[in-house]
Amino acid sequence: MMWTGVLVACASCYVLKLAGLSLPASVLQDARVQRTVPLVPVALLAALIATQTFSTGHHLVVDVRTTALIVAIGMVLLRAPFLVVVASAAATAALLRLL
Amino acid sequence: MASSSITSETRRGVIRDALGIGIATGAYALSFGAISTVAGLSLLQTCALSLLMFTGASQFALVGVVGAGGSVWAGAATAALLGSRNALYGMRLASLLDRSRWRRIAAAHFVIDETTAMAIARDSVAESRLAFWATGLAVFALWNLGTLIGALATHALPDPKVLGFDAAPPAAFLALLAPRLRAREPMAIALGAGVVALVCLPFVPSGVPLLIVAVLVAIFGILRSRG
Repeated sequence: MMWTGVLVACASCYVLKLAGLSLPASVLQDARVQRTVPLVPVALLAALIATQTFSTGHHLVVDVRTTALIVAIGMVLLRAPFLVVVASAAATAALLRLL
Repeated sequence: MASSSITSETRRGVIRDALGIGIATGAYALSFGAISTVAGLSLLQTCALSLLMFTGASQFALVGVVGAGGSVWAGAATAALLGSRNALYGMRLASLLDRSRWRRIAAAHFVIDETTAMAIARDSVAESRLAFWATGLAVFALWNLGTLIGALATHALPDPKVLGFDAAPPAAFLALLAPRLRAREPMAIALGAGVVALVCLPFVPSGVPLLIVAVLVAIFGILRSRG
């Protein structure tokens, strides 16, 4: 099941890349496509951050991950590299659980 | 147009930049490998994602959804939705890359944020192509190496939560989101999307709030493009 999902997702992502190189420009130059597609990652990434920080299963929770996210926001504002942002969030959660 | 030849100085500059980007994304692949393994994907599945999907945000999304208890199908749908932007990148690159079919089939795999950013806004088509292929190869090599090392390093961890690994995916998503928030509209969309996802969450299966958000933002985008 996991393998099928992984491979289908890989194939879908490749087809999208190839479609961009192959489809007639008129399809992708449509104003609705141009306007909508860049908004999708913004909305999805924000929804991923919200659900993975403030929930456990189907319950809304506020725990050490909230503090970890605040630390990550601070790191992004300081223009820290990707790995530092991720590692500082993980370290924050780990430290708070030790206390 | 400046001609098909590139000075050796320009060539060296392009290759140096490509390697720099490759090293940066390789470092970020370390965290992908770690997060994926902790989410419950096998070493082979983790490496397959980096080899075959090869688009960072989609990979993080798939393993993030699975790690949070969602089905792999919800994760796959989210990954594909995030990958839709690569189609727009492909459109921008189509005029710069070789039109022959086999080259296009190979080039498509490398159509990602980094290669697009490096290939567009060059002085000549030859320079664009060099930047595209150099960046694509450097990122592909180091992205896969980073994934393997990250996955191996976390493979044997007893309890990943103790090390705060459950707080890592949101931070990774945040780092991917931040460069897209340079105007008021995306900022408002991000906040709205977060709230909608949390409101839906108690009532629908895991991963489905993301699909609801994707549908709503598509409707919003289509309505806005008419106005």
